[in-house]
Amino acid sequence: MSINGWLQIALLLLLAFILIKPLGAYMARVFEGERTFLSPVLGPIEKLIYVIAGINPKREQGWLAYTLAMLAFNLIGFVTLYAILRLQFYLPLNPQGFPGMTPDLAFNTAISFVTNTNWQNYSGESAASNFTQMAGLAVHNFLSAATGMAIALAVTRAFARSAATTLGNFWVDMTRSTLYVLMPLAVVLALVFVALGLPQTLDASVTATTLEGAQQAIPLGPIASQEAIKQLGTNGGGFFNANAAHPFENPSAITNYLNILAMLSITSALIYTFGKTVGSVRQGWALIAATAILLVAGIVCVYIAETSGVPSHLAMGIDPTLGNMEGKEVRFGQAMDAVYAATTTAISNGGVNAMLGSFTPLGGLVPMFLIQLGEILPGGVGSGLYGLIVFAVLTVFVAGLMVGRTPEFLGKKIESREMKYAMFAILVLPFAILAFSAIAAVLPSALAALGNAGPHGLSEILYAYTSAAGNNGSAFAGLSGNTVWYNTTLAIGMLLGRFAYAVPVLAIAGSIAGKTRSEASAGTFPTHTPLFVGLLVAIILIMGGLQYFPALALGPIAEHVSMVAGQLF
Amino acid sequence: MTPSHPTQEARRAQSLFDATILAGAAKDAFLKLDPRKLIRNPVIFVTEVVAAIVSLLFVRDLIVGSGAAFSGQIAAWLWFTVLFATFAEAVAEGRGKAQADTLRRTKSDLVAYKLSADGKSFTTIPAASLKVGDVVQVAAGELIPGDGEVIEGVASVNESAITGESAPVIREAGGDRSAVTGGTQVLSDQIRVRITVAPGSSFVDRMIALIEGAERQKTPNEIALSILLSGLTLVFLIAVVTLWGLASYSGIVLSVTVLAALLVTLIPTTIGGLLSAIGIAGMDRLVRFNVIATSGRAVEAAGDVDTLLLDKTGTITFGNRMASDFVAVPGVSQGELAAAALASSLADETPEGRSIVALATGEFGQAAPTEKPDQVIPFSAETRLSGVDIAGRRLRKGAVDSVLKFAGVDDVAAPKPFKDAVARIAQSGGTPLAVADGNRLLGVIHLKDVVKPGIKERFAAMRAMGIRTVMVTGDNPVTAAAIASEAGVDDFLAQATPEDKLAYIRKSQEGGRLIAMCGDGTNDAPALAQADVGVAMQTGTQAAREAANMVDLDSSPTKLIEIVEIGKQLLMTRGSLTTFSIANDVAKYFAIIPALFVTAYPGLAGLNIMALSSPQSAILSAVIFNALIIIALIPLALKGVSYRPVGAAALLRRNLLVYGVGGLILPFIGIKLVDLAVAGLHLV
Repeated sequence: MSINGWLQIALLLLLAFILIKPLGAYMARVFEGERTFLSPVLGPIEKLIYVIAGINPKREQGWLAYTLAMLAFNLIGFVTLYAILRLQFYLPLNPQGFPGMTPDLAFNTAISFVTNTNWQNYSGESAASNFTQMAGLAVHNFLSAATGMAIALAVTRAFARSAATTLGNFWVDMTRSTLYVLMPLAVVLALVFVALGLPQTLDASVTATTLEGAQQAIPLGPIASQEAIKQLGTNGGGFFNANAAHPFENPSAITNYLNILAMLSITSALIYTFGKTVGSVRQGWALIAATAILLVAGIVCVYIAETSGVPSHLAMGIDPTLGNMEGKEVRFGQAMDAVYAATTTAISNGGVNAMLGSFTPLGGLVPMFLIQLGEILPGGVGSGLYGLIVFAVLTVFVAGLMVGRTPEFLGKKIESREMKYAMFAILVLPFAILAFSAIAAVLPSALAALGNAGPHGLSEILYAYTSAAGNNGSAFAGLSGNTVWYNTTLAIGMLLGRFAYAVPVLAIAGSIAGKTRSEASAGTFPTHTPLFVGLLVAIILIMGGLQYFPALALGPIAEHVSMVAGQLF
Repeated sequence: MTPSHPTQEARRAQSLFDATILAGAAKDAFLKLDPRKLIRNPVIFVTEVVAAIVSLLFVRDLIVGSGAAFSGQIAAWLWFTVLFATFAEAVAEGRGKAQADTLRRTKSDLVAYKLSADGKSFTTIPAASLKVGDVVQVAAGELIPGDGEVIEGVASVNESAITGESAPVIREAGGDRSAVTGGTQVLSDQIRVRITVAPGSSFVDRMIALIEGAERQKTPNEIALSILLSGLTLVFLIAVVTLWGLASYSGIVLSVTVLAALLVTLIPTTIGGLLSAIGIAGMDRLVRFNVIATSGRAVEAAGDVDTLLLDKTGTITFGNRMASDFVAVPGVSQGELAAAALASSLADETPEGRSIVALATGEFGQAAPTEKPDQVIPFSAETRLSGVDIAGRRLRKGAVDSVLKFAGVDDVAAPKPFKDAVARIAQSGGTPLAVADGNRLLGVIHLKDVVKPGIKERFAAMRAMGIRTVMVTGDNPVTAAAIASEAGVDDFLAQATPEDKLAYIRKSQEGGRLIAMCGDGTNDAPALAQADVGVAMQTGTQAAREAANMVDLDSSPTKLIEIVEIGKQLLMTRGSLTTFSIANDVAKYFAIIPALFVTAYPGLAGLNIMALSSPQSAILSAVIFNALIIIALIPLALKGVSYRPVGAAALLRRNLLVYGVGGLILPFIGIKLVDLAVAGLHLV
C-alpha cells in the first residue's frame, strides 16, 4: 500500500462520480424521448430505423409483450451468432483462416456474448476471425448491453408511472440505447484509444524481429473499437486471451484509467437516470451510495490483501513492499489492479488486467464474492440497476414492515406478487452457482480440467460458475473450460443468470406499473436516507451473500488459512 | 379517551399465560404436528421433515451403536423446534377460544317465536332453523334468536353479552336504531324482528369463528411474507445440499445429521414458527379492544391507513355545546351577568343549561340564589328562551333575537358592544345566548362546541405517524373551520352529506391514500364500504354493519385511532421478528461452519470466534438456541412489539436497533451460553 496508490484510487473514483450526473441526466432525456444535442444528427436516423423496421414508436407494450419481444430478439441474436461462429471459415475477413468453432464451444460463446457475460473458452487471437470479432462479438457487445438497458428502463417506468398498463416499447428502447448512448460513446472512446496507441486494423498480424533476431508474428485486428464497447457495455470479452493485461488492449496507465472509467460510466449513470425518471433524484443517489460503499470496500480489501503479499514469497526474500506481484503487470501496479479487479467483478464486466487466479486467496475471494452478491454494485449495464431494485424491494419489504405499514417502494406497495417474482430472481444465482459447482466438484471429468489442487482448485470451479451465472465473464485462470461439460453447464448458468432473472424482474415491473402510486407521508418508510442505504447494504450482504459463506470457507478461506500455515496449492 | 367498563377491563386483564390455556395449547401443539396441516407453514414443515429424517438416522445409529447420543439429541431438539412453533400458534388460538366460549354460552338453546306466513299465529322453533326473512316476536326477558331488524315496536335491550356494556340500549323500528343482534336480551316491551342473517353466519357466529381462528385465512401481507420465508428456505436448502458435494471435494464427509442441523438453524424458523401466532394475536388484541374485524385483511389495512375521517360530534367535540364565557355589556359586571345567567338556568335541565350553571358556580364563583323562583319559564321551540321570575326580577336567556324581543329592544337600537359580542361569538363558530333582566340587556353567554381535552395532542401524534385527520361535520364552514383549527385537524368537510363523504373518499383514494372512517347510519353505508377501513358502530343499522369491515362494540368513534395503532403493531411485530430471525443467521454460521470443516482445515478454527468447546457442541448449541428462541419470543409475538406514535424514520431506527442489531448480537451470546451448558453437562 502507498499514499500514491490510495490517491490513484481516490482520483479514479472521483472522476467516475463526476460523470454520473451529466450522463445520467442525458440518458433520462433520451429515454423519455426528449430532444438532446445529438437529436439533429441521430433523430433522422432513428426515424429511418423505425420506418424500415415498421415500428410505431408511440405504441407501447405491456410487460408480457415487452418480455416476449426481448426474448425473441435475443433468440434471433443467439442463432445468428452461433451460425457465424460455426461458419467463420466460410465467411470473409478471416485472414488467418481460422476454422469454425466446435458445436459446444460455439454454443458457449454465443450464449456468453448474448447474455453480456463474455466468458471466453477460446483465445480471441487464435480462434476468432476479424469478421467474428466485428460482426459477431462486437455487435453483441452493443446489443446485450442495450437489452440490459431496455429491461432496466421498463422497470424504471413501472415505478415512475401510476396505474399504468404499459412499460414502453422494447424496440424503441433498444434503438435509443444503442443509437444515442452506446454508439456515440463507443465512437469517441475508440478514437481516443487509437490515439493512445491501440491498434485498429484489418491486418492479421505484424511481424517483429525479436532481440535474438527471430521473427515473431504478433496478432492484430480491430482492437480499439472492440475495446471501447467492451468496457462501456460492461461486456469484458477481450480481443486477446490476456484481455486488458495485453499491451495492445491496454497499453498504458492512462488507457487503464479510461478502461475503468468507461466500465463504471453508463451503469452508474443509469441509477441516476432511474432516480430522475421516478422523480426522486435523491433515491438515485441513495442507491448509488449503497453500491459505492460495497464497491469501495471491495477495492480496499483487494488492495490490502494483494499488497500484504504471500508469507512464502517473503520467506524467499522478495521485497515486501511489492506485495503479491504474481500475474500482475508492472505498468499498472497494485492499486490499479485492485480497482480493476474489484470493479470488473462488481459491475459484471469480466475483463481483467491481472490474473485473478494468481491473487492471494483473500484478494481472489473479493472478486468472487462481489459477483455472488448479484452483480449489482452497480452491476452490468441495465442488469445491475434492475438487480439492485430487486434488493431494494426486499429491503423495503423486511424493513418497511418494521414501521407498521404494508411495505412500499417509491409509493408502490410491495405485495405477494412482487415477492414471489423477487424470490424467483433471488434463487437463480445460488442455484446456478452452487448446484453446478457441487456437481463439478465430484465429477471426475470436471475435476480433470482443474489447474490446481486443494482449495484453490475448488475456487476455480466455484469462480467459473459464479462468473457464468453472474454474467461476469472473468475467470480464475487455471481451469481449462473448453470441454463439453464446462461449455454446456457454464452456458446454462449464463442463460439462467440472464433470462431466469430478467423475466421475473419484468413480471415485477408489470405488477408494479399497474399500482396506484401513493403519496409519501411521515408514516412512510423513507428510502433515500443513510439509514436505508445502510439497510440495503446489510440486506445485500445477508440475503445475497451469506449463502455462499460455507462454499467460500472451503475455497478461498481454507486456502488463506493454509497459506498462513505455509501450505500452498 | 379510552372507553372503559368493567367487563372490558376484565377481558384485558386476562393474563398472557393462563394455566388452562397453556394446558390446552400443549395438547394442540402435538395435534398440529399432522403434516397435512403443517404444510401451510412451509418453514416449519421443512423442519418437521428434517426432524423425521434425523430421527430415522438416530434409530440407525442406535442399531449400529455409534453416534446415537449426538443424532438423538439433534433429533430431539429439531422436534422441539417444531413443537415450540405449533405451541405458539396453539397458545394464540387458545386465547381466542377462551373468548369465543364466553360468547357461545349466550347462543345455546335459543328458541324463536316465528310469525306464520299469514301473520296471525306463532310457532315455536329452534333458532338454528330460522331463515332470512322470517319474522319473530321477542318479549321482555327473552333472548333475540338471530340478527335482524326491528320492524315493529320499541324495546330496551341488554347487549352486554356482545359489548360488555351493561347499560341497556333502545332498539326501535325504522331509523338508525333498528338493528338487533342474536343472543342479546330484551329487557322491556316487545318487538317484532325480521331476521336478516341466516343462522350460522350471524354476527356472533362470525365473531366466534374469527377469534377461534377457524376461519383464519392468511392475510395478503402474511402471504407475501410467507413467500419470502419460503424463498429463503429454498436458498438455504440449495446452500446446504450442495455443501455435501463441495465438502467431499475437500475430503470432508458431512453426515446428514449435521447438514440437517445447519439447514434448520439457517432457515427462518423463528419468524416461521411465530408468524401465525402473531396474526391471531393481532386479531385477538382487536377483540380485546371490543372491535370485531370481519377479516384479517382489514386489520392489516388499518396499519396502512393514512387518512382518518372523523365525525366532529362525539369524536372531536363533546356532543353538546357548553358555556365557555360571559360577555357583559358596559355598565354590567361580569359577576352580575353570571349570577343572572345562573339563576335563569337553575331549572334548565338541558345540557346547555347545566353547563351554564357549572360555569357560573365554578369558574365565576357565583352561588345559586336561595329564594324559590316565583315562576319557571321552560324553553319552547316557539319562544326560544327560558328563565325564571325570581324576587321580582324577570330573568331570561335564549336566542339573541328572542331575548331582544322579550326585552323590547329593537335590533338596531341594541347597544353596539352587545352586537359586537354576538357577532364575534358567531364568527368563532360558537352560539351566542343573550341574557336579559326584564327590559335591561345584561350581556351574552358564549356557548361553544368544546373540543375534548387531549384530542389536539392526539392529532399531533397522528400527524407525526403520517396520518391526516379530516373532520366531518354538518356545521357551516365558518363554525367548522373554527373547531377544526382548535382541534388541530388537517382538513375538514363542512355541511357534509353522505354523498360528500363518499366523494371525498373516492378522490383521496385516487390520490393513493388509504382511508378509515366510522359511521352508524344507513346513509353511511356506501362510504363505509368504499373506505379501506370502515368501522360501524354496534348501535348502528344493519346496513352500516354489513358495509363496514369492522364493528366497534363500544360504539366509540375515537377508537379509529386505536384500531390504526393495533394494525401497525401487527405489521411491526412481523417485520421486527423477521429482521431478528434473518440477523440471527450470521452467528449461526460462525458456530457451525468452523465446526464442520475444522478437521480438514485446522486453520478454520479462527472462525470459531465464540470459542465453542467442540465441533459437536457447537452444532448442538446452535440447534438448541434456535429452538429455545421460539419459546422465548412467544410472549412478544402475542403482545406485539410496543408501538409509539412517532414518525416512520424514528420507529425504524428503534426497531432496527433492537431487533436488527440485537438479532445480530444476541445469538452469539445465547449460543455461547448454551455451549457452556452443553459442555458443562457433558451432553456430547
